[in-house]
Amino acid sequence: MIKRSFFGFTTPRIQYLPIPGNVTAPAVSKQPENATLLVPCPAGDVDNQLAKKGDRVKTGQKISLAAAPGAYGIASLSGTLSSIDRFPGEAGQEYTAVTITATGEEALDDAFSSKCEPTLETATAFLGCLPGAPSFEAFTDPEKPIHTIIVSGMDADLLVMSAQYTLSFRLEEIKAGIANLKAITGVENIVLATAPDALHGFGEIGASVVAMEAAYPAGLPRLIVQKVLGEEIPNDKGFQDLGVSFFTAEAVASIGRAFADKQLPLEKIITFIDKEGNRSLVSARIGTPIADIFKQHDIRLKEKDRIILGGPMTGHSIFSAQYPVQPNTDAILLQDREDVSLTSDYPCINCGDCVRMCPARIQINLLVRFLEAGLYEEAAEAYDLDACLECGLCSYVCVSKIPIFQYIKLAKHELERMAMEEVAAEETAIEETTDE
Amino acid sequence: MNSQKKLIVSHAPFLHNGSKISERHLHIIYAALPAILLGGLFRFGIPAIGVVCLSVSTAMLWELIMNRAMQRPVSIGDGNAALIGLLFAMLLPATAPWWLVITGTFVAIVIGKQIFGGIGGNAFNPVALSIAILMVSWKDFFDFNAMLVNYDPDFIMAYPLAALKNFGVSGIEKYSIGDFLVGRQSGGIGATFGIGLILGGAYLMIRGFIRWEISLAYLAGVFVTAQLFNLIDPVHYADPFFHIFTGYTLIGAFFLATEDSSSPVNFIPMLIYGAAGGLMTVLIRNIGAYIDGTVLAILVINLIHPLLDKIRPKAMGKVV
Repeated sequence: MIKRSFFGFTTPRIQYLPIPGNVTAPAVSKQPENATLLVPCPAGDVDNQLAKKGDRVKTGQKISLAAAPGAYGIASLSGTLSSIDRFPGEAGQEYTAVTITATGEEALDDAFSSKCEPTLETATAFLGCLPGAPSFEAFTDPEKPIHTIIVSGMDADLLVMSAQYTLSFRLEEIKAGIANLKAITGVENIVLATAPDALHGFGEIGASVVAMEAAYPAGLPRLIVQKVLGEEIPNDKGFQDLGVSFFTAEAVASIGRAFADKQLPLEKIITFIDKEGNRSLVSARIGTPIADIFKQHDIRLKEKDRIILGGPMTGHSIFSAQYPVQPNTDAILLQDREDVSLTSDYPCINCGDCVRMCPARIQINLLVRFLEAGLYEEAAEAYDLDACLECGLCSYVCVSKIPIFQYIKLAKHELERMAMEEVAAEETAIEETTDE
Repeated sequence: MNSQKKLIVSHAPFLHNGSKISERHLHIIYAALPAILLGGLFRFGIPAIGVVCLSVSTAMLWELIMNRAMQRPVSIGDGNAALIGLLFAMLLPATAPWWLVITGTFVAIVIGKQIFGGIGGNAFNPVALSIAILMVSWKDFFDFNAMLVNYDPDFIMAYPLAALKNFGVSGIEKYSIGDFLVGRQSGGIGATFGIGLILGGAYLMIRGFIRWEISLAYLAGVFVTAQLFNLIDPVHYADPFFHIFTGYTLIGAFFLATEDSSSPVNFIPMLIYGAAGGLMTVLIRNIGAYIDGTVLAILVINLIHPLLDKIRPKAMGKVV
């Protein structure tokens, strides 16, 4: 889609495409027969007392699977729970897939509408599965107070336009959402990050506005936070350590709509990018299988095509068209098997394209040699593995087609796993000594 | 659910800019062609064609043999072996005997590249390494005056750098820069045609197939060092333009020093690397024992490349 430029002596810049002027409202997908919610809760923790197969649910009803505060989904259909299964996600994440089969008339649940007040309690209890996936977890930690909320009106990835659409056409809802956010969290300092050409018309929105650059990867959360704070974020600090919380524009608009309608919105706005690269917007209920969306919008899927959730640089490809739409599924990208770019096991030839491209100034040509050899600790200590923003530009330009981004993700995952094992080993050691 | 289609699953990113190793090497070969065709084959005729063809083909053959012997995937398709063969031939005199060519490509491919693990693993430029080893082993075959004695064109056929070494500046008064530029000089098959090399180098720099910082720093290094020598003693040391347009300087700057694997990629290291190469070239020519120090200078800067890699920008958000 985006090819190497003829002139190669400067650093290439990949621009975000602005939302087309003639963009039409999202094509609404029909209510599906089955909806699957992926609840961030390992299958082993599921409490059968809270939810079990065969339970009846109403639209908008909260389905808790365990006592943990985040372990719930919001039913996007009225019907019965037809299955509750283990679902392994990316990089060792454990989900439980809850499938609802629509039966009978649609009925709306009133648990949220009955206590529809913008409090942190309501927000953590109900709003975590809104389209845009807002997270209120950061506000519950009294030791790390949040002083700034950043709302991103920019799509992190290329070609995606869900956030831009929300910012252009749902401004009133965002405005209401910002007011609700202030009431929920008590944070007054709210910053809206936008694309550079969208920097007007936000006078009364209740947030200060910061324009980002138009070149990828300026829309990545870490770079937005960095721009707002005006300084580089140390690698060992998360957003919460810095007192910052990050929301997407769609999440804020959903919060605004939830309190205005006294109903939890369930329609996710998705940018669909077809095989020719044409972009359109669709909206679908959370939990809708992607195959249903394809069927309704007359999109043919061929053997060995690639379906990508999220954008082309940072998304993830899925292995079945039955995969459901999630609260954070901003885009669906369909690639023809002819256009699928494959990686290779060719060695690094040290051309330096990745080093010139890297926004985090990592010496990728050196780093990748350690990652290929599995020397993750050395890579983190001496070659700045932690600085990686996970933008994928290194793999995009790699002349040897090395899966550098994948190596980096794998290395980070392995290091995390090793650290957790270490902690667990220490804990058991302490337990053993106390037992004696 | 039963009629599910199989999908391709892989890791992000799902786009690629379409660059290829084979494309990269092919363009470097294209860029070298003007200097070979107009400067070498046209000037030196059939013997030069023989050397170039033998060099390219044996380089690819050695690569294939090594692939087989080491049970690795066949890699001649990436064009690197052909490129090494071509650049090696460009540095040879047109009358180089067949065994010298075959030995040279063996040294370049097997000792220069494959024993380090193939493409991307070589610490030294294979071509420079091979020429240096042959030059030390069979000195006479790199004496261009003796090798090209049967050529009698309408310009001075004495090797300019040899004339400078033997007779000082008075020995090179009859040469003109214009002659060097259009290829009216003695030298390697692809090293005589200045304009061709400059055009090829400019093309590669603009397209980004070589790193312009290295080439320009190298030429600047040659220029400044030669100028300093010339200022101190204009009787013994030639002016900088003479150094730039004779011998292997141009081919070294655009095709040898810029070899990917053996050169740095950061801005300041590239400048140091290039400038050090230029400096060493002129030092060897002016006060060293060898007539042309380019390949040796390039080996020296290849050697300092890992050290230069230590100079790097601080990564974003790095905690010190």
